[in-house]
Amino acid sequence: MPNNEQIKPAAFCPGCGHTIILRSLYRVLQNQELTGRAVIGLDIGCSLLAYDMLPINTFQTHHGRPVPTMVGFRRARKDTLAIVYAGDGGAYSIGLQSLLWAARRNEPILVIVVNNTVYGMTGGQTAPTSLRGQVTDTAPGGHDETPILGPELIRSLNERAYIARTAVNEPANLAIHIEKAIKNALAGNFSLVEILSYCPTNWRTKGGETDKHLNGLKSVFKTGEIL
Amino acid sequence: MKKNKEFISGYDVVVRAAKDAGAVSMYSYPITPGTEILSSWIRAAMKDGQMKYLQTEDEIAAGFAVAGAVLAGEKSFTATAGPGTILMQDALSMAEAMRLPFVAVIVQRGGPSSGTVIYSQQELVLATHGGNGEGMRLVYSPSNLTELYQMTRQAFNDAAKYRFPAIILTDGYLVKTKQVVERFAKIKNIPAPKIVPEKGHVNLRNIYTFEKELHTKIIEAKKDFDAASKKISKSETYLVKDADLILIAHGIVGRAVRDAVDELRARGRRVGMWRPLTLAPLDVRGFEKVRSAKNFLVIESSAGQLADLLRSRISDCPDFSGYFRPALGIEAEEIVQFVMKKYAK
Repeated sequence: MPNNEQIKPAAFCPGCGHTIILRSLYRVLQNQELTGRAVIGLDIGCSLLAYDMLPINTFQTHHGRPVPTMVGFRRARKDTLAIVYAGDGGAYSIGLQSLLWAARRNEPILVIVVNNTVYGMTGGQTAPTSLRGQVTDTAPGGHDETPILGPELIRSLNERAYIARTAVNEPANLAIHIEKAIKNALAGNFSLVEILSYCPTNWRTKGGETDKHLNGLKSVFKTGEIL
Repeated sequence: MKKNKEFISGYDVVVRAAKDAGAVSMYSYPITPGTEILSSWIRAAMKDGQMKYLQTEDEIAAGFAVAGAVLAGEKSFTATAGPGTILMQDALSMAEAMRLPFVAVIVQRGGPSSGTVIYSQQELVLATHGGNGEGMRLVYSPSNLTELYQMTRQAFNDAAKYRFPAIILTDGYLVKTKQVVERFAKIKNIPAPKIVPEKGHVNLRNIYTFEKELHTKIIEAKKDFDAASKKISKSETYLVKDADLILIAHGIVGRAVRDAVDELRARGRRVGMWRPLTLAPLDVRGFEKVRSAKNFLVIESSAGQLADLLRSRISDCPDFSGYFRPALGIEAEEIVQFVMKKYAK
């Protein structure tokens, strides 16, 4: 079990999925005695709020830039478990070019993409993962494109990559995919886990509606290992 | 040739200096006229397994990979030019904010946009103040290959010591030229700081909740920058003692101005040169050596970026005239002609 005294209170909105993901990640790192080797490069977006939550090396980068930053870090320090922690906007929109190339070059980093289908930090604008018809701050009449499927897109670029999609409301699967992804990254391969996550603030949902909304996303974003 | 004397190209000088400075990795994207630095580094890496490199997908990735490497405690650098210098601002501004010993060689080409591919001095503002911050960067401007070597070494050391991004601002003429380098400066290396420790942990911020927090951070950095400025800023004077006209130039144009001074002296003109070796921080105290001159002429391959920099930095700045040739190379002869006409006896 994590030593909860070492984990600082989360700075995220009430009901946000980030807290669950970060605690789960930390538990896996503890179980595998990797807290000393893990270094997390954070995207700017809601992810940035994770910067001092966990008692491990972390730093904030720029929006869309944690992937190339961790590529440089990992190439400099090869015993590091280099983790990118980004949102769907940082990973699949502004940072997509670097993400594709890191995958293609099989950079041995672990990329965690938190997908809540919106730009959370800036107030609920359209994300690359927004659903067709989704009403957002920048698509008040409903978004007219289909969402990008990041893991499926990356799959074709790298046979050795471990790529999976899971969800915050499946904690056991979440931990298993993170474990497998870590193992693959430590073996020298690119790994990516996309995690469908809650954003009640921007979804404007309450209680059970939030979980129901998340489960609804799974009909578009298929969970499990992407083969 | 003596052992310490060599006929060598500018890009090989950069590679040699970076390697001698302890740089382990280079991240870069091909762009004329900076490309040869990357290809020269890679050629050297073919013979030296310790040298790492990656041709990245763009200059943004190159910059952030350098940032990541220096966070991990490795000496690393990039080289870029023109449109690449624009993209590089993203990482440079992070380096300024997080006090990363980031080193970039900027090989100026013509602008705006894709402009021309070999030469200009139009990236001075981008180099000194291209980010969304306060321009706390160290910018060196060499005029020949001996200086290119020495300043590249100095950039790595100053970046490591003072923790500000350091830029060697040069151009395609200098980097593509071959010259005899008389002396490769002997400089003791300052080790790279381990910013992210291997034992224990840090949580490094780059964004702040409260304006007051950021303000405090900037004021601290500015204090450090101003203290470092006294040690880093340098300028050169040439035949200024009795000069009533001071020619001011930086980088490769400084070389032409020096020749022009000799020629004008031969023609009986009391002319001297003041040349900033660092553009940021600027050697404002060094300028005092020439302040008493009657006339000042700024000569540059831009429409006045150096002149503007001087005006903004030098207090009670005297009036400058300009010989501004944006995007063009400047030769000693044309300087002589311009001065003879403008300052007729």
